[in-house]
Amino acid sequence: MIEQYIPVLLTIGGTGLLGLTASLLGVFAIVREQSLLGDAISHAALPGIALTFMLTQSADPFVLLIGGAIVGVIGAIFARVVVRYTPLRHDALLGIVLSVFFGFGLVLLTVIQKQAVADQAILGKFLFGNAATLLTYDVAVLSGIAICICSIVLLLWKECKMLAFDPQFAHSCGYRVLTLDALVTVLTVCTIVIGLYLVGVLLMSSLLIAPAAAARQWTSRLETMAIIAAGIGLVASILGTTISSFGPQVPTGPVIVIVMSICVGVSLLFAPHRGIVWSMKRTRKTTQ
Amino acid sequence: MKQTTPAIALRHVTVTYGDVPALWNITADIPRHVLGGIVGPNGAGKTTLVKVILGLLSPISGGVTLFGDARGKQRHTVAYVPQRRSVDWDFPVTVFDVVIMGCYHRVGWFSWPNHDEYERAYQALDQVDMQSHAHRPISELSGGQQQRVFLARALLQDADLYVLDEPFVGVDKKSEATIIHILKQLRASGKTLLVVHHDLHTVQSYFDWLMMLNVDLVAAGPLEQVFTKENLATAYETTMDIITPYTGVS
Repeated sequence: MIEQYIPVLLTIGGTGLLGLTASLLGVFAIVREQSLLGDAISHAALPGIALTFMLTQSADPFVLLIGGAIVGVIGAIFARVVVRYTPLRHDALLGIVLSVFFGFGLVLLTVIQKQAVADQAILGKFLFGNAATLLTYDVAVLSGIAICICSIVLLLWKECKMLAFDPQFAHSCGYRVLTLDALVTVLTVCTIVIGLYLVGVLLMSSLLIAPAAAARQWTSRLETMAIIAAGIGLVASILGTTISSFGPQVPTGPVIVIVMSICVGVSLLFAPHRGIVWSMKRTRKTTQ
Repeated sequence: MKQTTPAIALRHVTVTYGDVPALWNITADIPRHVLGGIVGPNGAGKTTLVKVILGLLSPISGGVTLFGDARGKQRHTVAYVPQRRSVDWDFPVTVFDVVIMGCYHRVGWFSWPNHDEYERAYQALDQVDMQSHAHRPISELSGGQQQRVFLARALLQDADLYVLDEPFVGVDKKSEATIIHILKQLRASGKTLLVVHHDLHTVQSYFDWLMMLNVDLVAAGPLEQVFTKENLATAYETTMDIITPYTGVS
């Protein structure tokens, strides 16, 4: 009786873990004001996945994700290099990286569709995500990667925190700031790439940013923020996957993102100190 | 290590941003146990020099030794108080979270500060008169309080050399008095301090050693030798009547 639900439960647990990991990395993206970087990386992963598919003709999702990760890292490095050597502002540049890579990815997808290659249906999954159809093996591998990423972040928590708050001070204490920064970026790329399974290229940045943005409203401590964000990521991903597994026509990604967006909305409105309702009350008190 | 080796020895340090020189061929020795100031007009390269001393910036030529050793070997004997506006004060951390960062290099990778470090962090907060704010978010602090928190973090580093970049900018009188009191205490306990400073009125009461910069080195040495009308005129390219520099033995 219970056995038939095990694969579903595994999938739900695995996606919860992915949501948790993405939210944890999202905390650092938010506090370092690099929210758009996640968007740029996830869009850059699309041409990577399409190129890998064209070159290898493989339908193995992990092969495709490795290709996506490599191009994602290139996108992130590209953004850093151009910011350093051109007068473009960071946000403008990330917007450009995002659309250039995504446009290139769409061109490749169209070319692949015209060629009528077998197995190309898998590429569609990377656009919107489809966690409900994951195999148990996929879930095990993705969860393994997610656990590794979380462990590294927790082990290097105080260094990551110092890097995010005051990189110059960290440097003056003898930390290799560039190496640490590169490590955090690579972890973010890995998280984004495995998260593509869950919500796809288009919505990935929401998975990264939304829980952390909601959590920021409720606390003034990074540790508390991370716990709240991870909780929202976990619950929203589990809810989204559960809801979408009831009906075959309900896509996982959008449902997860809708749940997360509700959390963000509630937090923006009602959080103490930082919420809109709170500040309206305070203004009324002071004017009375 | 000989006691006569200078705390900081600068040799032909030159830094440029693109084609624009920020520091030009600076050679100077900053002796031990001084409370030293760096003054000069805007764009004189004061912050650039601090970054070179701390190794945050590599000069295109020349070099720095600290206590007779190359940078890197000596890194843990230097504490840095960056410009207040160099960080995001809306960052989600408490006052205590910031101060405890001062011991991270001692604690090392993969481990957490122990009880002793916590005690020392509270002591540092007490020294700067911020213990009652320990668990407040940093976003609630005034400019002077922010600066005192940064100083507490540097105190926890327990260094031999303290480098402070504009610690008195946007700071209330009480905080300024607290900070300068602590700096003088540190010098009395045998530390070396180097402070980037902009307010020429307070130079004589704060420092005993001075470096005057304007891309080139104008002068460096004991206060009474450096803080003269001639040097000020060279550094600021104007005559200054608002202050009364040393005109000889005072």
